Amino acid sequence: MFATTPDQELLERTTARFLEDRYPVSRLRELADRTSTFDPAVWREGAALGWTSLLVAEGAGGGSVSGNGVADLQVVASLFGLHAAPGPLLGTNVVAAALARWGTPEQQAGPLAALLAGEAAGAWGHATTVGAPGGRRRVVTATPAADGAVVLSGSVATVEGAAEATHLLVTADAPGGPSQHLVPLDAAGVSLTALRGVDLTRRYARVDLHDVALPAGSRVGAPGEADEHDEQLVDLLAAVLTAEMVGAVQRAFTTTLEWTVDRYSFGRPLGSYQAIKHRLADARTQLEASEAVAARAAEALGAGAPDGRAWASAAMAHVAARAPEIVQECVQLHGGIGVTYELDLHLYLRRVVVDSQLYGSATDFARRLGRLVADDEGRAA
Amino acid sequence: MSDEQESVEEFAARARTWLAANMPPADPTAGYFSFHEDPADSQAHADRRIAVCRDLQARLFDGGFAGICVPRQYGGQALTPAHQAAFNRELRGYDHPLEIQVSTFIPCMAVLLELGTEDQKLRHIPKMLRGEEVWAQFLSEPSGGSDAAGALTTAVRDGDQWVLNGSKIWTTGGWYSDWAMCLARTNWDVEKHRGLTVFSFPVSAEGVDVQHIQLLNGSREFCQEFLTDVVVDDRDRIGEVDEGWTVMGRWLYHERTVAGGSPYVTTAGAKSAALPNDGPAIAALARRGGNLDDPAVLEAVGEARALSMVSEAMVGSVSRKMASGALPQHAAAMLRLFSGTATTRRTTLALDVAGHEAVVWEPGDEQLASVGLGYLVRQAAQIGGGTVEMARNVISERLLGMPREQRNDGGPFRDVPRGPAAG
Repeated sequence: MFATTPDQELLERTTARFLEDRYPVSRLRELADRTSTFDPAVWREGAALGWTSLLVAEGAGGGSVSGNGVADLQVVASLFGLHAAPGPLLGTNVVAAALARWGTPEQQAGPLAALLAGEAAGAWGHATTVGAPGGRRRVVTATPAADGAVVLSGSVATVEGAAEATHLLVTADAPGGPSQHLVPLDAAGVSLTALRGVDLTRRYARVDLHDVALPAGSRVGAPGEADEHDEQLVDLLAAVLTAEMVGAVQRAFTTTLEWTVDRYSFGRPLGSYQAIKHRLADARTQLEASEAVAARAAEALGAGAPDGRAWASAAMAHVAARAPEIVQECVQLHGGIGVTYELDLHLYLRRVVVDSQLYGSATDFARRLGRLVADDEGRAA
Repeated sequence: MSDEQESVEEFAARARTWLAANMPPADPTAGYFSFHEDPADSQAHADRRIAVCRDLQARLFDGGFAGICVPRQYGGQALTPAHQAAFNRELRGYDHPLEIQVSTFIPCMAVLLELGTEDQKLRHIPKMLRGEEVWAQFLSEPSGGSDAAGALTTAVRDGDQWVLNGSKIWTTGGWYSDWAMCLARTNWDVEKHRGLTVFSFPVSAEGVDVQHIQLLNGSREFCQEFLTDVVVDDRDRIGEVDEGWTVMGRWLYHERTVAGGSPYVTTAGAKSAALPNDGPAIAALARRGGNLDDPAVLEAVGEARALSMVSEAMVGSVSRKMASGALPQHAAAMLRLFSGTATTRRTTLALDVAGHEAVVWEPGDEQLASVGLGYLVRQAAQIGGGTVEMARNVISERLLGMPREQRNDGGPFRDVPRGPAAG
């Protein structure tokens, strides 16, 4: 889907083959009953294929395959959507990107190196309210202690893969302005509560921080920089999520198109009715549009273009609105079987529903883009 | 020219210098497709704009930048699509004859280049490139818009001439065009696609009656033509007799390249920010109305902007995929469908943000008038240039390989059922 260079095509082929082998639908259905879906061996092999290094500069131990790591990661993310595979792809890559950009040499030599090698997984305590009119609501506070140490307190909702990750990246309110911290998840005062949700293969937890004492070296970036850093991570998030949704929609669309050819009603293939054909034409067009805008966002972000944030916001505003609707349309075209557990379609529906809501909705990202447009328009007026 | 072809870089540098000295800056309000409260204003505005286009085209010709990919013997520059693309990039920010690119250069000049006689090319193409001949497409008929092959306009041979009778409709700017390319039926006794022939003639020819169509927003840009015993020389026939559908294949192909990729179009590109009812335009409306900080309004602004950006991204990626063969040419129908539905949605968003002020306004308030009147013709975005329903047929049947619709127009065209209104 997103591969445009020979090296990306190689990444696509190897990742697709690996995910097909490790996460066939039968395996996904087994995982649905498990408390943990994380497989350290699979993750290490995935890291060897390049899954964890794409957003990290070569100097920090990473590397892209095409020169644009965001676009490369879309190749992988779309296949995670296509296979409804567990991660933690998003958390690990976001934390790695943050450490590579703003981390200390110690953070890069320790936690980042482990993430890149697939020896550890990262968790992102996003808790951001994208595009909120009154600004972001912080849920964690950092209180200064002696020698630059801090004490964190608060509660971080819906963290993917927190149970298996080694480190949590979280933004806390602090006297010097909001700052990001890297919290070892085995630190004293950290407790996890497993959450339930619609995704069968990804696990989420609430992370509570009770007076968690961290040394001075735990801060990522300078005090007060966290808001802008969070926005940059949200941009990357948008590129990854939209690609993953495109992959999931691709699978739902393909199986539905096959269904309309094979299914007969009133002596005709379902797909011979114009009412059905036109709806698939709409779905196919929205799929193409979604892939186009997602890829464009990665192009802009990877190049560091000034309109990268606008493209990332546009991609989420559009794809998060359309992807669930396309998959629901696929459910409708299946009729009764479409709402059964037996049909695999719901695996992809669950994926796009989570992706389109958990980190900010289409409406939130539309508002984020609207604010960028309004600010521009204000300058031009 | 015996010396080697100018490199794209040298050409671009020369174009940059020439443009700065010879072409006026773009006027963002100079768009031809603008609505005016008074239909007479729209008409006068369009007339003035076309006169400007002719002048700008003449300047391009005199400067050696017209017909960049057209052979020299027809007045062109005999350069490559890469040169045209470079020129189009340099053109950003300058006014240029955008409104006559379609129909004069695509499809009409492109069809002449491919299928015209040497005599036709020499007679017309230099004049097109000088802005002296603006062409129109006489294609749709009142009996059916999307079914072009069902043309009822009839051409009967009379020695070295043909006599045409019938009616054409939805012609853009029929009243200001000099020549027309026209599809007509020359044989009623064969299957419908096999009895068609393409002709060309001056719009001022005797028997051509051009009537404005008034749209419900007051626009009078489209025309209907009534052809009564119009005499056309056989040398103005394009392609073989009864082979008109072959010509139509190229005609429609070149018309579709309006979305991008034509080597014959001189344009700085419709920047998405310049699309009607794009995010910035809606933000400006909201700022006027004092509700730009309303979260729901910001969402509308963002949604409109996102739709324009998705359109832009999609044109780029689908064009690239078609060029590389990753997608068939029929994939262009997805661009048509998306832009049609996205444009209608943006129109609705603009109306929602402007609210009551867009339905009743102070005299002379063109900004609000354009929102209200634009909403009235909102569906034109899903109709003009082929309806979105036709696009959905093409996507489902040609791209997805779903079963074709059953047809009832086989056999001699004379016997194909026609509605009572079609005569």
